Amino acid sequence: MDQISESKIIGVATRRVDGPLKVSGAAMYASDHHFPGLLYAWPVCATIAKGSIANLDSAQAEKMTGVVAVYHRANIGKLYRVPPAAGMSLILDEKRPPFEDDEIRYYGQYVAVVVANTVEQARAAAESVKVTYNRDKPDANSKLLGSPLTTDKPEEKSKRGDTATALKSAKVKVDEVYTTPVETHNPIELHASVAVYDGQKFTLYETSQAVVNHRDVLAQMLGVPPEQVQVITRFLGSGFGGKLWPWPQSALAAACARNLNRPVKLVVSRQMMFQNVGHRPAIEQRIQLAAEPDGKLTAVQQDYVNHTSMLDDYDEGCGEITPFIYSTQNLLVTGGLARRNVGNPTAMRGPGAVPGLFALESAMDELAVSLKMDPVQFRLKNEPEMDESLNIPFSSRHMKECLTVGAEKFGWSNRTPQIGSMKKDGVTLGWGVAACSWLAARSETQASVELRQDGSARVACGTQDIGGGTYTVLAQIVSHETGIPVSKIDVVLGDSALPSGPISGGSWVTASVTPAVLEAAQKASQALLLVAVKSDGSSFKGKKPEDLELADGMVRQKGQAQGAVPMAEVLQIAKVNSVSGQGKSEGTLEDSKPKYSFHSYGAQFVEIGWQPEIARLRINRVVTVIDAGRIMNPRPARNQIEGAVVMGIGMALFEETMYDSRSGAPINNNLADYVMAVNADTPQIEVTFLDYPDYNLNALGVRGVGEIGLAGVAAAITSAVYHATGIRVRDLPVRIEDLLPMPKVNIA
Amino acid sequence: MELFQLVTAKTIPDAVKAQAQSATAQNGADVRFIAGGTNLVDYMKLNVERPRQLVDINGLPLDKIERTSEGGLKIGALARNADVAQDATVKEQYAVLSQALLAGASPQLRNMATTAGNLLQKTRCVYYRDTASACNKRQPGSGCSAIGGYNRMLAILGTSEHCIATNPSDQNVALMALEAVVHIEGKNGQRAVPVSEFYLLPGSTPERETVLQPGDLITHITLSKPVVGAKSGYLKLRDRASYEFALASAAIVMKKDGDRITYVRVAMGGVGTRPWRALEAEKVLMGKAATEANFRAAAEAALHGARPQSQNGFKVELAKRCLVHTMGQVSQIA
Repeated sequence: MDQISESKIIGVATRRVDGPLKVSGAAMYASDHHFPGLLYAWPVCATIAKGSIANLDSAQAEKMTGVVAVYHRANIGKLYRVPPAAGMSLILDEKRPPFEDDEIRYYGQYVAVVVANTVEQARAAAESVKVTYNRDKPDANSKLLGSPLTTDKPEEKSKRGDTATALKSAKVKVDEVYTTPVETHNPIELHASVAVYDGQKFTLYETSQAVVNHRDVLAQMLGVPPEQVQVITRFLGSGFGGKLWPWPQSALAAACARNLNRPVKLVVSRQMMFQNVGHRPAIEQRIQLAAEPDGKLTAVQQDYVNHTSMLDDYDEGCGEITPFIYSTQNLLVTGGLARRNVGNPTAMRGPGAVPGLFALESAMDELAVSLKMDPVQFRLKNEPEMDESLNIPFSSRHMKECLTVGAEKFGWSNRTPQIGSMKKDGVTLGWGVAACSWLAARSETQASVELRQDGSARVACGTQDIGGGTYTVLAQIVSHETGIPVSKIDVVLGDSALPSGPISGGSWVTASVTPAVLEAAQKASQALLLVAVKSDGSSFKGKKPEDLELADGMVRQKGQAQGAVPMAEVLQIAKVNSVSGQGKSEGTLEDSKPKYSFHSYGAQFVEIGWQPEIARLRINRVVTVIDAGRIMNPRPARNQIEGAVVMGIGMALFEETMYDSRSGAPINNNLADYVMAVNADTPQIEVTFLDYPDYNLNALGVRGVGEIGLAGVAAAITSAVYHATGIRVRDLPVRIEDLLPMPKVNIA
Repeated sequence: MELFQLVTAKTIPDAVKAQAQSATAQNGADVRFIAGGTNLVDYMKLNVERPRQLVDINGLPLDKIERTSEGGLKIGALARNADVAQDATVKEQYAVLSQALLAGASPQLRNMATTAGNLLQKTRCVYYRDTASACNKRQPGSGCSAIGGYNRMLAILGTSEHCIATNPSDQNVALMALEAVVHIEGKNGQRAVPVSEFYLLPGSTPERETVLQPGDLITHITLSKPVVGAKSGYLKLRDRASYEFALASAAIVMKKDGDRITYVRVAMGGVGTRPWRALEAEKVLMGKAATEANFRAAAEAALHGARPQSQNGFKVELAKRCLVHTMGQVSQIA
């Protein structure tokens, strides 16, 4: 593959091109869209988690001021199921269309929707719809290992060697169960759908991390051809995976608009965010590790079970990283799903890897303790030469350097391993470390680039910027290829009518768009050179296009600054408004026989402060070293890692969606009772990028940084907690009560 | 939220008269005073509070913080939490109150929330907030979902079989330790109620939280002249570093003569169904040396009657450590 190592803009810290729009409030988020005659929809949510609707009485609600309609199973109109997903299309987690039957399978399931002139009227009327239920006892039990699964036995995810024998004969072993609770995404921007229907075409303003897939799904659900649906997400107030796939409110808003022939806005409430739009599932993982006394791993086994909903199969994939992160002859990963009366789980930042690495890296720390080995040295000792699960080389792996550079920056050599042995200003310190990894990939992408007579360029791709800096990345790629400054490049994203782009998931947008946008920019440049050699009045008329180039925004003889003509002038002389080029790149995801193992790597070093006298645990500092290929734009990249680390602190210490065991309701369904890290919890965070280009992935050697920063953080924290307190917390989050010498259950 | 009427009270008697139309001043009141609105409006949105009328009292002249002729402090009902917390006299002479206020909520909320509103702050019990759940406080006789449910945050002192909801305020814990007096104007004129008598235990009527009667308007609170030489402090323990209700908190006022404790007031938050004054702890400490052992004995006494639930047993030990640590901190400056 081509390698582009020199660039004036790639790798240069560049301000976000969409920054001014965001800070001035001009950026239009889904729910900002307003249209004449717009109506507001408010769903009615089931107040049971299992059972069926006995009666639904909307008579009173229908009479209320401003109410236009109340829809439910009998009158919502046809909503179809979607055929099974094919590649990156037709994906959705909750496959049952809303109101399809009268059965209730999770708390908060939509049973009706009220449409009214104002949102207050719609909400008040929704609260007046009287629903009676046949109530069954729900199952939201978080005990998962040993539960009945959706399959006869756990599915084998990865296997090599003879793990059972190796574990049996092991000299040093760890065998523990780790649990992670339900986590709710909670981006500040609520999920929202604004549906406009003109009698034939639907224009849907959505909170979507994947507008093209959203279009395909909604076209199926509504029973219309894809060209009659357009999905627009210009800006997203983040999603963390929760907005990857369509949720039922989108179909409801579209169906209401279809029924009424008027625009309809439906904004999900914060309470509904805990019920109706996915979550990271509850997970239990048993990890068994075996090693020789010298620290060489001999066996790794991971058995996980995650909960899923009653109708759909969401697999968290906790074993994604396990097969290749360390060298071991014997390995087995199994996974299973257990049904519960919960809304469907979905991907949350770093799905699989993040909870999987909490368990694996915690177990690695426990084994290091048993071996009396330094946890950094222990990991270095088990560094693999190749991806042992696929028997292929790593494309670009610098895990060892992440660990050694991190150790150096953190001051790890000053660590004394004895529990509670490190103190500063009367506070007990705990130091912990964890390794991390996340996949690198490309997804099939199309893009177009236009070069215009006014000297500007336009790049368009049907992907989205969910806050990570994608707008700026596309501008940088075009700027690199054409020399046109970033400030003169319009980036158009977030519209399913644009050339089909990647989902904003998997941290693969940057890697995916790079080849397609480069190709589109090259083709646009070639088109420009053709104009230059064919136009009357052009100083290049009659020359061969292959002898010319577009550099620094000027057309010139290859390598000659003299005689260069600005792009705008070339087009003006030719009386041509613009030239354009299309680019298309294949994905790596569908590659059944990959030549390389593509992943990013990192190391997390954490210092916690522990004050037993007041049972106060705080994170003092975090050092993160990331090997994620060449860093396209260090500013938002650092921002991604820092944000992920803060999210990791929340995962380790605070976040847990509590289901009431009797009602099945997620009961702490608001931002006060669902505790996340706040600014005051944010420690000093030092981020280092190793910045080794991965040219096997694309010509710029870029991968992605959206998720890896979260992986490993929780394990590094619980290992640090162990170092300070001697208490190993295997059930997240770490609570004050875990660290007090008190019985956890003490019923009055 | 249900439709309601908003009226503006021009005078205190106006306000009293308007609220006196309500059958109760407690949970379920159909006429409510509104000041900062930081608590009431939330609960109206959730349909937990469904007043038919709101009486806006923000125009009443009740926002002053001023010295009393006896050398104490008078804090108007409408004085904003942020203003009280930053008041020079409060910071210097009633430090525990300033610290408690700053430990609560967020700057934005403190800018709006008022002294009297904070006195009447509702519990944060998740079942009280959820109209689909049984809750004796919200709907008398419906049952208590918290007992046997999610009760990690809830009370271990002053509970009953009908209610275990925690009083969530920080301010009120400090007011307990400062022995504040609540001044009320009602249908039958003015009266003064010590804050220790202002709150009711839930017993079999958890919907009744205070002694307020229909028409009662809190006009101000008073703090008596500071005890010469006494020092005070507040410590709040919680999961995250900010913007969370207390798991346990302590407000201590203490004076020493040499090493001997000659004056002490002990109050706790996050553990009681009302802001909790620990008279037993004070008895243990009075006249004793300010030692960790005595602090521990006082803390044991304070938590003697604790009745933990399925998830909050840790609060017993946490509250003790909170008390011991705060007593130690205050004793060092006293």
